[in-house]
Amino acid sequence: MSERKYTKEHEWVLIEGDVATVGISEHAQEQLGDVVFVELPEAGAKFAQGEQAATVESVKAASEIYAPISGTIMEVNGALADEPVLINSDALGKGWFFKMKIGKAAELGTLMDEGAYRKFVESLD
Amino acid sequence: MADSQTDVKRTPLFALHESLGAKMVPFAGYAMPVQYPAGILKEHEHTRRQAGLFDVSHMGQVRLAGANPAAALERLVPVDVRGLEAGQQRYALFTNEAGGILDDLMITHAVDHLFLVVNAACKDQDLAHLRRHLSDECTITPLADRALLALQGPAAARIMDRIAPAAARLVFMTGATVDIDGADCFVTRSGYTGEDGFEISVPADRAETLARRLLGEPEVAPIGLGARDSLRLEAGLCLYGHDIDTTTTPVEGGLSWALSKARRRDGARPGGYPGAEVILRQLADGPARRRVGIRPEGRAPVRGGVELSDNGGRAVGRITSGGYGPTVGAPVAMGYVESALAKPGTALTAMVRGKPHPVAVAKLPFVKQNYFRG
Repeated sequence: MSERKYTKEHEWVLIEGDVATVGISEHAQEQLGDVVFVELPEAGAKFAQGEQAATVESVKAASEIYAPISGTIMEVNGALADEPVLINSDALGKGWFFKMKIGKAAELGTLMDEGAYRKFVESLD
Repeated sequence: MADSQTDVKRTPLFALHESLGAKMVPFAGYAMPVQYPAGILKEHEHTRRQAGLFDVSHMGQVRLAGANPAAALERLVPVDVRGLEAGQQRYALFTNEAGGILDDLMITHAVDHLFLVVNAACKDQDLAHLRRHLSDECTITPLADRALLALQGPAAARIMDRIAPAAARLVFMTGATVDIDGADCFVTRSGYTGEDGFEISVPADRAETLARRLLGEPEVAPIGLGARDSLRLEAGLCLYGHDIDTTTTPVEGGLSWALSKARRRDGARPGGYPGAEVILRQLADGPARRRVGIRPEGRAPVRGGVELSDNGGRAVGRITSGGYGPTVGAPVAMGYVESALAKPGTALTAMVRGKPHPVAVAKLPFVKQNYFRG
């Protein structure tokens, strides 16, 4: 069963076997506003946990997206080039950024589950 | 009125913005709506297609009166103020001794006084500047008890015709005192979007009522500062502090059109304002650099502060404003480049996040202007 986890930087991670799909949370897309451009990594690129892996640009500003776990990029979401607004309209689904091969399974333990992330977001206001 | 926690000021429409679900941000010391639930893209498009209502009460409204306020004000601006007819409005610049720009402003001949609108961030300095130079000849009154609303877009005229027909008869860059639902307003046909529209100075205690009345019209939506910025950027209009500042002259800034003939070397009243020598010399010889439009070739926005280089890698300029243009459907920007490279189509490179992005010099505005000239 696939399970969604979250980071303090508002990325979500959907784990299926040794592949992690990564996107940004509803809270993050709402804070960002309308997305106009996404800079995604190249397939094959390797990232350590917490390293900047992508950039998402709203009308007003650019925001960094960090690799939630260490791994290698397997696939990026090509649909975002023409339709960056998918990140706003379907942040948890069609607005996914990239898929990574999980480098260190132990890092999954550092992520928050949905309940913990919801509490975390509430604490920010 | 201020929020005692943070000393951020509030406009008379603060409660209205909150009730509309605005996302508020601090701007020039005021809590201002950057967007409403619709979002910046929708607010931008709505303004170009129908009509947007903006709260611009944070800006400074000033009344300049006296025996001859126009002659006095000409000591501070390279603009023909004395030649303004009653009701006529003109764009102007406060200059400094180096020919740089202290602020840009609108001046309207309001029959028995001059009505000035200055930028919020420069309000205090502008008042000090006016007082330092003109207080012996003029009374300078900040209109702290007035709000300022902007109604912009192709539907603005027919809305104004419903609400205040006298104002609807104004043409671009003119103004008049108009009673709107019993409120003593001063309306000009001008704005900061490139669209037809009006700016309405209204007593602060009547502002919310007027705003709600306008928002009640089917074509009108509330618009925040985020869309205000993308609209003016597409229209090629300068944002003070970014595209023009104390280090840029009007000639470098592409604002020579605002330097009235009467104040040029062969005009009736040449010079006579700070920095006139520098400005007149640049008018004669040309400036070393110019403000231009910049079109990134790709889809990545190129923002203010980014350096521009030529294809040999030599630094030749800088972006001063940049972002995404929703009507253009692509990123747009403005910046300064060496004059020799200012021709539209010139290929340059912008470094964004360590990567070279090809851009080209482009003509301004990016979107056609729709001013109503009668």
